[in-house]
Amino acid sequence: MAAESSTGYIQHHLQNLSFGRFPDGHWGFAHTSEEAASFGFWAIHVDSMLWSVGLGALFLWGFRRAAVKVTTGVPGMWQNIVEMAVEFVDNSVKESFHGQSKLIAPLSLTIFTWILLMNVMDLVPVDFIPVLAHAAGIEYFKVVPTTDLNVTLGMSISVFLLIVFYSIKIKGFGGFVGELTLHPFGKWMIPFNLLLEGVSLLAKPVSLGLRLFGNLYAGELIFILIALLPFYAQWALSVPWAIFHILIVVLQAFIFMMLTIVYLSMAHEDNH
Amino acid sequence: MNLNLTLIGQAISFAIFVWFCMRFVWPPIHEALAERQKKIAEGLDAAARAERDLDLAQDAAQQRLREAKEQAAGILEQANRRGDRIVSEARDQAREEGERLKEAALAEIEQEKMRAKEELRAQVAALAIAGAEKILQRAVNDEVDQALLDRLADEL
Repeated sequence: MAAESSTGYIQHHLQNLSFGRFPDGHWGFAHTSEEAASFGFWAIHVDSMLWSVGLGALFLWGFRRAAVKVTTGVPGMWQNIVEMAVEFVDNSVKESFHGQSKLIAPLSLTIFTWILLMNVMDLVPVDFIPVLAHAAGIEYFKVVPTTDLNVTLGMSISVFLLIVFYSIKIKGFGGFVGELTLHPFGKWMIPFNLLLEGVSLLAKPVSLGLRLFGNLYAGELIFILIALLPFYAQWALSVPWAIFHILIVVLQAFIFMMLTIVYLSMAHEDNH
Repeated sequence: MNLNLTLIGQAISFAIFVWFCMRFVWPPIHEALAERQKKIAEGLDAAARAERDLDLAQDAAQQRLREAKEQAAGILEQANRRGDRIVSEARDQAREEGERLKEAALAEIEQEKMRAKEELRAQVAALAIAGAEKILQRAVNDEVDQALLDRLADEL
């Protein structure tokens, strides 16, 4: 990698492993960034999907194991950790969400743990896994799924759909439309109201997804920049940044979860 | 950085994971937590109750001890009283017995004295007769003598 230019190195590290439809109609892996860009919408980032699904499965496997063996007596080490996570999420939900829902607590737990795991991948040194992948013949390999806008937006749009679903379920379709059109200026200003409320509604998933993506992408980029330094000097910057990044990793997972709870709580409340 | 199918793939896996978590992970752990909370609360309750029970038992034991002490003191006093009575009774009995023995001895002595007197009188009578016989130097009628002697003996 040292032979490449800095620009090339950075671009290489920011390129996902894409599998998609070439302009001529056949499907295959992209070997260059240009090819990947030519896929347009009909492409899938294999590395992002692999890591996010793998980490999600890891989370569910681990927690399921604790759930199967769960005891009300003295908990083991692993059960303790799982219980801590569950109680933490449960308390967060109870503080912010006052409706009745069987979905919201497990949803929050999934969001928090899964995003946390995906973010933690950011702390793996930037070259470890790509070099291994390169040795295995895979050209591009990004290991932090949350630095892929598709991943964060995929989750935030799911949350958005839940917001719309619960708004309609709790307030009825009329109530939901009324909420969008009759506030804040009454029925004579419907177009203006719709514009305001529509923007604020659509801003929720966009800000949710972009915030997570932005933080992790920036963090990853700085790790890549630090990796451009001579190998004997890297630790001076990468260690402090990694320590600081631990905070960001946890904080962003927490923020995503809390905002999801707050948005869904708002969707459950009638008063506007 | 372009949006593509990954977004939909991620949304689908997200939905599946949430469903799995809601179905298989959250309920057992949450239930166990609630259960443990209940058990701890019950345990604390039981501990408080046990402490109260202990206090009560200690009170009862002390009460019992006090009663036993009082009872023992009562019994002791009664025994002392009875002992005193027995001793005084025995003393009285002994005194009566002594009196009785003394009286019997006195009566016996009196009797012995009487008998000795009788014997002495008979011997004196015989001596008197012998002396009189010698003085009168004549044989006297046995019958007259006998009546005389009896009278003499009565007088002695």
